[in-house]
Amino acid sequence: MFDGITPQLLFGQLLIGVINGSFYAMLAMGLAIIFGLMHVVNFAHGAQYMLGAFVAWLLLSTFGVPYWGALILAPLVVAIFGIAMERLILKPIANLDHLYSLLVTYAATLVIEGLIRQQYGSTGLPYSSPLPGGVNLGFMFMPWYRLWVVVFSVVTCLATWLLIEHTKLGAYLRAANESPEVVESFGINVPRMMTLTYGFGVGLAGLSGVLAAPIYQVSPSMGSSLMITIFAVVVIGGMGSIAGAILTGYTLGIVEGLTKVFYPEAANLVIFFIMLLALIFRPSGLFSGTEKS
Amino acid sequence: MLDDTTAPLLEVRDLRAWYAESQALQGVTFDVRPGELVTLIGRNGAGKTTTLRSIMGIVKNRKGSIRFEGNELIGRRTFQIARLGLAYCPEERGIFSSLSVRENLTLPPHLKSGGMSDEELLKAFPNLRARAGSRGTSLSGGEQQMLAIARILRNGCRFLLLDEPSEGLAPVIVKEIGAQLRRLKAQGYTILLVEQNLNFARSVADRHVVIEHGAVVDQLSNEDLAADMDRVKTYLGV
Ligand SMILES: Nc1ncnc2c1ncn2[C@@H]1O[C@H](COP(=O)(O)OP(=O)(O)O)[C@@H](O)[C@H]1O
Ligand SMILES: [Mg+2]
Repeated sequence: MFDGITPQLLFGQLLIGVINGSFYAMLAMGLAIIFGLMHVVNFAHGAQYMLGAFVAWLLLSTFGVPYWGALILAPLVVAIFGIAMERLILKPIANLDHLYSLLVTYAATLVIEGLIRQQYGSTGLPYSSPLPGGVNLGFMFMPWYRLWVVVFSVVTCLATWLLIEHTKLGAYLRAANESPEVVESFGINVPRMMTLTYGFGVGLAGLSGVLAAPIYQVSPSMGSSLMITIFAVVVIGGMGSIAGAILTGYTLGIVEGLTKVFYPEAANLVIFFIMLLALIFRPSGLFSGTEKS
Repeated sequence: MLDDTTAPLLEVRDLRAWYAESQALQGVTFDVRPGELVTLIGRNGAGKTTTLRSIMGIVKNRKGSIRFEGNELIGRRTFQIARLGLAYCPEERGIFSSLSVRENLTLPPHLKSGGMSDEELLKAFPNLRARAGSRGTSLSGGEQQMLAIARILRNGCRFLLLDEPSEGLAPVIVKEIGAQLRRLKAQGYTILLVEQNLNFARSVADRHVVIEHGAVVDQLSNEDLAADMDRVKTYLGV
């Protein structure tokens, strides 16, 4: 069965795997940050990712703002949208079971997607690459934009991880994750910290959406098709573990790509198969033990 | 010694508090005057912890009145109450396992002038220095308790609410904590201390407030306690 595996095929799929993994990692990281601090299962993450791509597309098509401007503006717009969402629909249910946040953000997903679909239709909208062309590496062709996506996402993940694990601000987040009451009793406005954290996580989703726009089509359902996989990544990495989400995201992207080369029939299933194994043998997640006692 | 006419720093009046439907405090009334060290004593489940948590606004469903320097605390949120100058050390100590000892120690922000600097804290609690890089929860129970008390001094709050700092600790460490509390009192801190260990309470306090079934049933000075240990022992059921 390994006959006919050319280097082009192998490295081509590996690159696709790393690209997909970059999105898995960035999205799973945002979900993990939000869940870790607020215990909100943010089902709307996919819709917020899609909004990032749409805002980038709108900025370009309506206001002529190029990709590089959108890379800064669109995540801010999506983060502000997220903050409004937190204030309006998440804060009122903060004291209820986590399940309610899942339901409420799922409902928000349906509304957001429905409105976008009604306004712009379901077909994908093209967003041309800001970095056309690429370089021939001999064994494969590397498009510049894809290289940019990989580098940018690795840097974003690393920077976020450093922020949370090695700064004072991150210490507040980690502490509030363990015991918000104690942190608040030190005089820290924990409710506002939660709002801003949600905004930050949602802004990361928006940023991923802008990155994705030139690669995938900009369409209302681009996020929801990804969400199931992202949830699998978060479950495998351990809910709330930042490093777990990042490492699992890249690893599963690569595993998925390699499965396409060696056993294409299983490519769509492999992540869920791994999730199943993880849930059976390590239900708290592969990385959960490394961050909390 | 302070006389009874000094205006109270903290005035708790008819404090009632609820966990969901169940009422944990039935009407707690007592005062703490500036510079005093007052204990709340009483059996397990009497409502001592709930009283501290209600003062801090962690238990939100509460009625009655709690005044600190004349400011009503009921209706304020926990972080706002802290910013008025109250520092709280919970019964479970609240040491964060995902933070190093140093991060734990330096977490509380400077809210008021007069908060201890990190250097002063490490000087006052020398065994924390050697362990500064270790995970907070890798410390022994006694060290964790020292850390929990030390870090709230960083805020600059002059009113300390301490929930059973002696609980589960070896006698030598309890002694050490007693020495720290006397030092803090000498520095002018006002302390409301929850205790079940009567000997420890006697060794540090000016006055004792006895809580039973969510209400204050007795108040006595430290001298009265020494003279009438049996009376208090019946409250504690020991
Ligand atoms: N989180 C809680 N939920 C419901 N009831 C509680 C909770 N915490 C304490 N209680 C109840 O409130 C009463 C007072 O408890 P507490 O203040 O912890 O007592 P103490 O500190 O004096 O041992 C007890 O009956 C206890 O069972
Ligand atoms: Mg208690």
